[in-house]
Amino acid sequence: MHDRTLALLADDLAARRVSAVELTEHFLQRIEQFDAQLNAFVTVTRDEALAQAAVADKRLAAGNATPLTGIPIAHKDIFCTQGVKTSCGSKILDNFISPYDATVVSRLRDAGAVMLGKTNMDEFAMGSSSETSFYGAVRNPWDHELVPGGSSGGSAAAVAARMVCGATGTDTGGSIRQPASLSGITGFKPTYGRVSRYGMVAFASSLDQAGTLTRTAEDAALMMQVMAGFDERDSTALTDPVPAFSSALETPWQTITIGVPENFFDDGLDEGSAQAIRDALRVFERLGATIKDVHLEHVHLSVPVYYVVASAEASSNLSRFDGVRYGHRAENIDNLTELYMRTRGEGFGAEVKRRILTGTYVLSAGYYDAYYLQAQKVRQLISDDFARAFADVDFLMGPTTPTPAFGIGQKMDDPIQMYLNDIYTIGANLAGLPALSVPCGFSGGLPVGLQLIGAHLSEPALLKVAHYFQLETDWHTRVPAAYA
Amino acid sequence: MSLNREDIEKLCFLARLEVTIDEMPDVESKLSDIVKLIDQLQAVDTASVTPMAHPLDREQRLREDRVTESDEREQIQLNAPLVERALYLVPKVIE
Repeated sequence: MHDRTLALLADDLAARRVSAVELTEHFLQRIEQFDAQLNAFVTVTRDEALAQAAVADKRLAAGNATPLTGIPIAHKDIFCTQGVKTSCGSKILDNFISPYDATVVSRLRDAGAVMLGKTNMDEFAMGSSSETSFYGAVRNPWDHELVPGGSSGGSAAAVAARMVCGATGTDTGGSIRQPASLSGITGFKPTYGRVSRYGMVAFASSLDQAGTLTRTAEDAALMMQVMAGFDERDSTALTDPVPAFSSALETPWQTITIGVPENFFDDGLDEGSAQAIRDALRVFERLGATIKDVHLEHVHLSVPVYYVVASAEASSNLSRFDGVRYGHRAENIDNLTELYMRTRGEGFGAEVKRRILTGTYVLSAGYYDAYYLQAQKVRQLISDDFARAFADVDFLMGPTTPTPAFGIGQKMDDPIQMYLNDIYTIGANLAGLPALSVPCGFSGGLPVGLQLIGAHLSEPALLKVAHYFQLETDWHTRVPAAYA
Repeated sequence: MSLNREDIEKLCFLARLEVTIDEMPDVESKLSDIVKLIDQLQAVDTASVTPMAHPLDREQRLREDRVTESDEREQIQLNAPLVERALYLVPKVIE
């Protein structure tokens, strides 16, 4: 049952071959059996899930179900969930019970999806390994000594280990695509603004975008249909109409031109991964795609631009954690400044502190022009490079990450090496482009992800191309032996 | 450039973020590495570039100034560490 995709289980539910309660019980049982070794969940909401599943069954019987009614999912613990702890992987929010639902959460709930729990993540989504969580590192289902990627590593591990059918994630610099790649699943980051940020704990507001971690592009389309769309509670939510993602997948193949950024195939790229990507491109050639080399002139500057812009926005966003209104508060203090400093010093972990201090530095008097303004200019140059490429090609394709999954602890003492993991993914965030990662092979026995990037609002075409790839290949069906 | 301890202490105060004596050497060395990374941007000629304001070139949407939220103070203050008569408590700030 757990090896069936979300789309297949939706058919089973609709045909009443299985009930939502049976499905929920089955997946809850898998979480109980496996999560002690993976640490993918911060909170499991067993009772609420069973109650939601019972409601879903009534809805299915009454004939007013949606394709997601009765489907077990999980939310990254960055999304506010009313009455349920929302920690963002941080000690500072360890005691925070959200008084409201994020728009993503309420939309999925209204569609009848059953929430099994909240998934572990890098603290405040700052990381590429899911090791910086206050709740400990998440482990990769393919090898427990390795990281699942991050920051949405709990969602990725939960989907890869078949503990849920799909999960939400957020992607600020690669935090959906990179863990999807390292965990052998499909990760989709839509166009900036396509999904509401309301109720999503803010990290870098000009880059943050919610998306999905699923087994297939077809499953991503089903979740996106519910999640996407205008929300008056998010001032950057796009007002553009939401296309029919799933029916776009069923349209006939059309000739496409794929641009391959040659600078993504640099010395830093693992040879086995490069081979898997080249093989994937040949699949598209067989489908009749034209492949072209493209050069993105400024994309090598993505990482430094990102660490200025994201840190600056984070230092501002995270100033709300003050020990006064909610969250952790330091004790035995009689001075307000000291209350702030100690509360934040105790509540934030090392990586979050580094980002806040970096952000404070680049925004401080005398440095703003040299760093923040300069970064926003280079960001424009990077975005212009993408726009030029899309004048000539329909999609860009290349690796999602430089290497497959790496060891737990391996990069924790070297933030720069950790940051460089996102070298291929950050560009899409800086330019606000939709992008996804799909499994496309193995290197050294570990999954490799192919990254597809599209022009703004091209989600239907992007998902369709990924879907056709998954009709031609079976990499997305591979499951870690222990979780089959 | 690299950051020395004095620079970091100043940043900690600006960010209202305590870094303990034990944490300081690690923060000092790693922050200096990060500054070296972002200093790569200085070499780019951007004289004729307008800084990006929005990735899709959209404008900030405005809404009418009217009350849309209901009063949920009691529920919201359930998360507050210290509340008295509906007020958040902080250490005394005026002598």
